[in-house]
Amino acid sequence: MNQPDQTAASDVSTRTKRNTPLSTEPEWTFELIEAYDNAIGHIAHDTFELDTYPNQIEIISAEQMMDAYSSVGMPVGYNHWSFGKHFVSVEQNYKRGQMGLAYEIVINSNPCIAYLMEENTMTMQALVIAHACYGHNSFFKGNYLFQTWTDASSIIDYLVFAKNYIRKCEERHGVAEVETVLDSCHALMNYGVDRYKRPYPISAEEEKRRLKEREVYLQQQVNELWRTIPKLHDDEDEASVKCFPEEPQENLLYFIEKHAPLLEPWQREVVRIVRKIAQYFYPQRQTQVMNEGWATFWHYTLLNEMYDRGLVTDGFMLELLQHHTSVILQPSFNKPYYNGINPYALGFNMMSDIRRICENPTPEDKQWFPDWAGSNWLNTLKFAMQSFKDESFIQQFLSPKIMRDFHLFSILDDASQKEYEVLDIHDEHGYHRLRETLSAQYNLSMNEPNIQVYNVNIRGDRSLTLQHIQHKNRPLPRPQYGQQHG
Amino acid sequence: MSYIVDRRLNGKNKSTVNRQRFLQRYRSHIKKAVSEAVSNRSITDLESGESVSIPKRDIGEPTFRHGSGGKRTIVHPGNKEFVSGDRIARPPQGSGGGAGGGEASNSGEGMDEFVFQITQEEFLEFLFDDLELPNLVKRQLAGLESFKLVRAGVVSEGTPNKINIIRSLRQATGRRIALTAASRRRLKAYENEYEALLDTDEILRDKQRVLLLEKEINMAKRFFILLYLFLQRNYEKIEVVFIRHHTSAKEVDEQEFFYSRETGGTIVSSALKMTDKIIKDRFSPQEWNIYVAQASDGDNWNDDSPICRKILTQHILPVVQYYAYVEINPRRHQALWREYESIQQEYGDYFAMQQISDPTEIYPVFRELFQRKSNRSSAA
Repeated sequence: MNQPDQTAASDVSTRTKRNTPLSTEPEWTFELIEAYDNAIGHIAHDTFELDTYPNQIEIISAEQMMDAYSSVGMPVGYNHWSFGKHFVSVEQNYKRGQMGLAYEIVINSNPCIAYLMEENTMTMQALVIAHACYGHNSFFKGNYLFQTWTDASSIIDYLVFAKNYIRKCEERHGVAEVETVLDSCHALMNYGVDRYKRPYPISAEEEKRRLKEREVYLQQQVNELWRTIPKLHDDEDEASVKCFPEEPQENLLYFIEKHAPLLEPWQREVVRIVRKIAQYFYPQRQTQVMNEGWATFWHYTLLNEMYDRGLVTDGFMLELLQHHTSVILQPSFNKPYYNGINPYALGFNMMSDIRRICENPTPEDKQWFPDWAGSNWLNTLKFAMQSFKDESFIQQFLSPKIMRDFHLFSILDDASQKEYEVLDIHDEHGYHRLRETLSAQYNLSMNEPNIQVYNVNIRGDRSLTLQHIQHKNRPLPRPQYGQQHG
Repeated sequence: MSYIVDRRLNGKNKSTVNRQRFLQRYRSHIKKAVSEAVSNRSITDLESGESVSIPKRDIGEPTFRHGSGGKRTIVHPGNKEFVSGDRIARPPQGSGGGAGGGEASNSGEGMDEFVFQITQEEFLEFLFDDLELPNLVKRQLAGLESFKLVRAGVVSEGTPNKINIIRSLRQATGRRIALTAASRRRLKAYENEYEALLDTDEILRDKQRVLLLEKEINMAKRFFILLYLFLQRNYEKIEVVFIRHHTSAKEVDEQEFFYSRETGGTIVSSALKMTDKIIKDRFSPQEWNIYVAQASDGDNWNDDSPICRKILTQHILPVVQYYAYVEINPRRHQALWREYESIQQEYGDYFAMQQISDPTEIYPVFRELFQRKSNRSSAA
């Protein structure tokens, strides 16, 4: 796509240095991977001052990649049929050739684990190293959401703990029993997220020690809450017990874990595990465009820098660019393979655009971004990466140029109208509102129905009332799944 | 400061457990697909797996989502002709991405069904799920299984005193010969000979024997192949005897039983006599669980049917665990069926009969005959 031509100027000066390329063959070896990793790491850390966790690069086969895929990116996962379903469908699509496997999977942990597939060529491995081990990695370490909500150093420990705990539950209470609880928890997984309180990091050892304590303590709490021994002045109570909970609660799983009266202690712990994992993935769901955009921008920039220094060959670059362009391809809405806005495309172009605005601002840019147009691009880009999530990132940094390049337009889909209405297009009147609409599209709380715990009937049948607050009249779907899950 | 780890040697089947759980959960769907497959494909074609499709709605995991309706504003890329205020007709439901909401699937086929492949192993497992030989009694508690160690091959390393001198010399000679192009043919002959020497195996002694009677009919063959597969797969120690008959009965081997094409007259009692004789000669009821499965088109000489009844009730039924009779006959029953019906009334637990008139019924009938019955007393 439209790239600032940063290589042209440096071409002459660097070619004279005549570094020898690291490799000329397409095959990779462990020595070469190490050499590339060193070279890329050197550029990333010294030239561009990216701050990363240490990397753990793991070479795996295609089958292992499918395994990694189906456990939704958890390197260690507990067993559940839904992962099996996922695996079966990945395997099926892959074998039929309908789908290529992802080139890479990267785990937000410390050290940051990245999987490389053995089938890839050396060029691809280098691309993945630059993309995952330096792009994603620095994003995980730098972005405020990840800093606040996840703890990279304890996640693997926690997943191991979770897997073992659930396995023990299965041994003690039977697979079917545990599966029922997990099924229910998975259904509420998106509603198991604490949006305001910071979860504190603890190690696996600590987790085990507290487990026992918690079981005893929680059961006491609950018993207290549901105590049925009548008090002396029953009629007074009617008035004083107003509503439980007093405020609506957004974290359904947390509420269930803490207040459900009849859950066994192990069931509470399972709820907690699912909740914790949901919490761990929550930042990733909020920063898709930024995360992929940042990583794509850096693999492009880092490998171009290597080319400028003569460390890679022309053939390497051609192969790289071919992959790169297919990753950031944005089909327009009327193409048969259109599937929404491609986060890689949008993210990469926005990141590149920030660099352009810093280096070569136009009058339009200066008017739109007076604060940082013409500033140091690296600092601005890092600031953007560190302090925003998709929603606010788009709100702050989407420039009119990108809207024009993408030919963005917004439509109103009103169920009460027969036709769609085109609201805004990429013109002078539309830029601001278009940007607002797109930004809202990445607001998770707009995309999921707003459902909260409203009331619990603690004196009667113990029913739990959930409240759905409609946004723009959007209803919940008519039940079609309920039959077998109850 | 990166660590590079080679994980390729780690187990690759991390998802096996999850896959098994998935199959377990949807076993009713898979069973249905399997039994349909059995009626549709040729029975000898059991070497492949089967593709199973499950409706998407049965397999979904529930979450809270927005339904259709209400107001939504969506941003799309690629505008060429629209200006604000334009109105666009809604695309028909489900017709692909287009200008519609981002949710519509655009990959076309197969979105309503979740389709996946099960392996042959899994296919057979589902095929014979819940089936068993009725009235099975442990005849000998222990000791019948004995192993005899036999050299099963030659390894290329070891102590010199174990060296297979003849073989080594032959190989050396062979190598020399091989280097001369003119002698290659002779080398080939030697190699074939060596190969034959290598094939030895453990020898097992066995406990149960099944006698099969056969009448030359294609459907019957399919029934027997199913039965044979079932026995081979689910029981470790079996001995199967195949008997076929026209006017006279003959004990045949597997190959001849399933693939021979000759036909002829029909005297059922000849096969029953043969069965009786084989049991008396070779299979003592004290040691063996004996099962007999008979398939026939029901054609028999009329005055032969009472003889069949006599042999069955007097000689065979008292010593066997179970006798299954399948009549492959879309027409009216004949004398043999009526005789057998009266036998069934007497020996309900040990004698079962079913009729098959269409290839699609083979598998259901097979299931019926060998359905696991939990409340059956195990005393013979």
